[in-house]
Amino acid sequence: MEATRRDLLYTLRHRPASDKLVDNGFRSLVTALAALVGIVLLAIFLVVFWEAREAIHLFGLNFITSTTWNPVEEKFGAFTAIYGTILTSVLALLLAVPLGVGTAIFLTENFIHQKYRTIISNMVELLAAIPSVVLGLWAIFVLEPTIRPVLNVIHNKLGFIPIFSTPANGPGFMPAVLILVVMLLPIITAISRDCLNQVPPDLRQAAYGIGATRWTSIFQVILPAAISGIIGGIMLALGRAMGETMAVTMIIGNSTSFNLSWFAPGNTIAALLANQFGEADGIQVSALMYAALVLMIITFIVNVLAQWIVKRLSLKYD
Amino acid sequence: MTFSSPNFSTTSLHRKPGLLRNRANAAMTAVAATFATIAVLPLIFVIAYVLIKGITVLSPSIFFELPPPPGLDGGGIGNALIGTLVVTLISCVFAVPVGVGGGIYLAEFSQGNKFAEFVRFGTNVLAGVPSIIAGVFIYGLVVSTRVLFGNSYSAVAGGLALAVLMLPTIIKTTDEGLKLVPQELRWGALGVGASTFVTTMKVVLPAAVAPIATGVVLAIARSAGETAPLIFTALFSPFWPEGIFKPLATMSVLIFNFAIMPYEAQITLAWAASFVLVVMILGMNIFARWISGFAQR
Amino acid sequence: MSFTTHITDVPNDQVAITCDNVTISYGSFEAVKSVFLEVPRGKVTAFIGPSGCGKSTVLRCFNRMNDLIPSFSLKGRIIYEGQDLYEPKVDPVEVRRRIGMVFQRPNPFPKSIYENIAFGARINGYTGDMDELVERSLRRAAVWDECKDKLQESGYSLSGGQQQRLCIARTIATQPDVILMDEPCSALDPISTLKVEETMHELKKEFTIVIVTHNMQQAVRVSDMTAFYNAVAVEGGSGKVGYLVEFDETANIFNNPKQQSTQEYVSGRFG
Ligand SMILES: Nc1ncnc2c1ncn2[C@@H]1O[C@H](COP(=O)(O)OP(=O)(O)O)[C@@H](O)[C@H]1O
Ligand SMILES: [Mg+2]
Repeated sequence: MEATRRDLLYTLRHRPASDKLVDNGFRSLVTALAALVGIVLLAIFLVVFWEAREAIHLFGLNFITSTTWNPVEEKFGAFTAIYGTILTSVLALLLAVPLGVGTAIFLTENFIHQKYRTIISNMVELLAAIPSVVLGLWAIFVLEPTIRPVLNVIHNKLGFIPIFSTPANGPGFMPAVLILVVMLLPIITAISRDCLNQVPPDLRQAAYGIGATRWTSIFQVILPAAISGIIGGIMLALGRAMGETMAVTMIIGNSTSFNLSWFAPGNTIAALLANQFGEADGIQVSALMYAALVLMIITFIVNVLAQWIVKRLSLKYD
Repeated sequence: MTFSSPNFSTTSLHRKPGLLRNRANAAMTAVAATFATIAVLPLIFVIAYVLIKGITVLSPSIFFELPPPPGLDGGGIGNALIGTLVVTLISCVFAVPVGVGGGIYLAEFSQGNKFAEFVRFGTNVLAGVPSIIAGVFIYGLVVSTRVLFGNSYSAVAGGLALAVLMLPTIIKTTDEGLKLVPQELRWGALGVGASTFVTTMKVVLPAAVAPIATGVVLAIARSAGETAPLIFTALFSPFWPEGIFKPLATMSVLIFNFAIMPYEAQITLAWAASFVLVVMILGMNIFARWISGFAQR
Repeated sequence: MSFTTHITDVPNDQVAITCDNVTISYGSFEAVKSVFLEVPRGKVTAFIGPSGCGKSTVLRCFNRMNDLIPSFSLKGRIIYEGQDLYEPKVDPVEVRRRIGMVFQRPNPFPKSIYENIAFGARINGYTGDMDELVERSLRRAAVWDECKDKLQESGYSLSGGQQQRLCIARTIATQPDVILMDEPCSALDPISTLKVEETMHELKKEFTIVIVTHNMQQAVRVSDMTAFYNAVAVEGGSGKVGYLVEFDETANIFNNPKQQSTQEYVSGRFG
């Protein structure tokens, strides 16, 4: 029979064992590779915790509240750095959120032609691609000298307020905050723009349909509909700001003593690590690892919260 | 007709710019436009400054020479340029197979089980880990323990730290890229008797190559500019690279180290390196956009 | 020809595939319940019925395509050549090399027309002349004339109907024993539909074909045997459960069905 004769031409009707081995091997391989993500994450926590254990044992929770950072006497407390981390990122957010969300609104409403909106969108996204070390360099040589006179005017007029109590003469919190704003803007703008674009068009039409003006409908209808996604994005940006290292290290002044003034040199955990890790030994390394652990835990909480908020949003709209 | 003619002074539909709501509207629009302008300005300032500064200090010799000893003039960023390429390449060697493999697992094999949920969660958490922590981690794992054949600081350590940061991006883009491949294509391959391995490698992966490549290029662009993970893994070296198990210079660490030096020559080199780095990274971003645009055609 | 409900494991060259009390569930939802069916060898069998009654579900079990759905489970036996297809030892990949499938929407690979055909043949270890196989398969799928000048162009350069015939050619190039077709014409225009039907008439000389169709005229035109499925709501169930109402020669199903619901369906009174 012709069909049978032809059938003989197909030599692989039965799969050879090697073929099945490749198939199963491939599945096991990619499963193992996926598991590696979890392993790396766990290993990061374990390694940092392990290296920090000596300092944890020595300083306990006092590490978080103490402001002494004295490598000579081997007494370490990270309060100054933790305070700086939180201060710089919160201030940066306060400036970047209105700017970023405002820009996102501008880019999703039809104020200007779509072509220009796309150009602006792309430019803001390209800003995110500039390495932070380059922004740091720019902050040292351009940004800081430019804003110094302005900061000093504020100091002269409002110097009685503790946060403006020192003159600005070089690196400090404020230039660090401003360079953080530059770094956060693209993140907040991009995420807010995506969230605003996801708001169903019916909602906007409904608002216009009852005679709302453009900005009434933006504030009363569109923003509230997108708000949880935007907040999720803001949380992600907060995590990024707290972990940002290079630009901040280069312009914050790296002072290990506590100062309330926003114009004085300060520190963040990431900057502390970048600055001291290379030259540290003994218990100082362990203290730095402890600080790294604190930074990890803070950013972990912020990021998980951000994910949780974003997830709740997607449940609402899918 | 008994109706009086309509009184236009009260029911006119003409826009009255003087109304409070219209003034508020115009004001808010102006605010939004100002914000958008402020958001774009830093990019223009930074790019313009880096390009102008860079071009004025750029000369061919800068690409082929070593940085000068402190206090001397001239020199170049040749070793750092090579170093950045080497470290980035090493990071790809680790991150691309792991990331693409993990993405393949999530999209093709996991069928949405608990383990996959955990991996996706872990990927998001890893994406949020500060870059300096990746450096600290590799320092603790590889540098201080000297597991790499007794070497402490090395290009490989730097590459590993960068790989940790690239991994989430590559996994995510692979996962999402593969999910865009229509299910029917998998059925078609399985329907003619292809194994899962052949289906994935010969049919599904080629169909998703553009989005995956876009993600990989973006991840490389980001890691090429990273500094924090390198300062105490790859460290720095004023000499030409001596092998992948020795410390070496990279452009980003060079910028960091030289920016705060009190010497004109070093600061000039920092600007030159910034120029090269920014052009490289923007180029890769545009290339990535081109790939993904290519895929949509 | 008469069919008995007695099921034997003895290979019977009259029967290609046997369903022995097959119940298929997605999670806890029973999609199809208690199907007994003998698909005759060398004939065209049509599955008809209202949508959602489980025609595709049953069809996709014949080459274990449902393995891709995590919640899928099957009770009962599906017997092909004396073997239960769902025995743990059975390799679904080998099953699919014997029982090929054509899908609802044309799904050519993003490769050249030639490669679309050669891909499956190579996987099945084809050792003959590949050029000749490509031409023969395309000819039998009645799409050779449209393809012969552009074998190296992408499969997507063809029209929808041509793509579907390319997919049929791809399936016959692997020389399967049985060809399953799940509403192969539902995405096609009437002219392409007729061409695909002509192709089927050609193919039934050599293959056993099982086709799911929404179009009753199509069932009448192409099939020898017809199985009518229906779905009923069950108490406490989360949805409608599909079942096989009647299986007989096509002429009987359409002219004097034994069941009331078959009569109503084929005369267009529901569905
Ligand atoms: N992947 C799946 N997961 C869960 N339920 C499914 C799935 N596929 C089909 N079903 C359900 O099984 C029943 C039968 O579906 P199907 O076999 O596609 O019907 P038909 O092909 O006759 O239209 C339907 O109720 C459908 O909702
Ligand atoms: Mg169906």
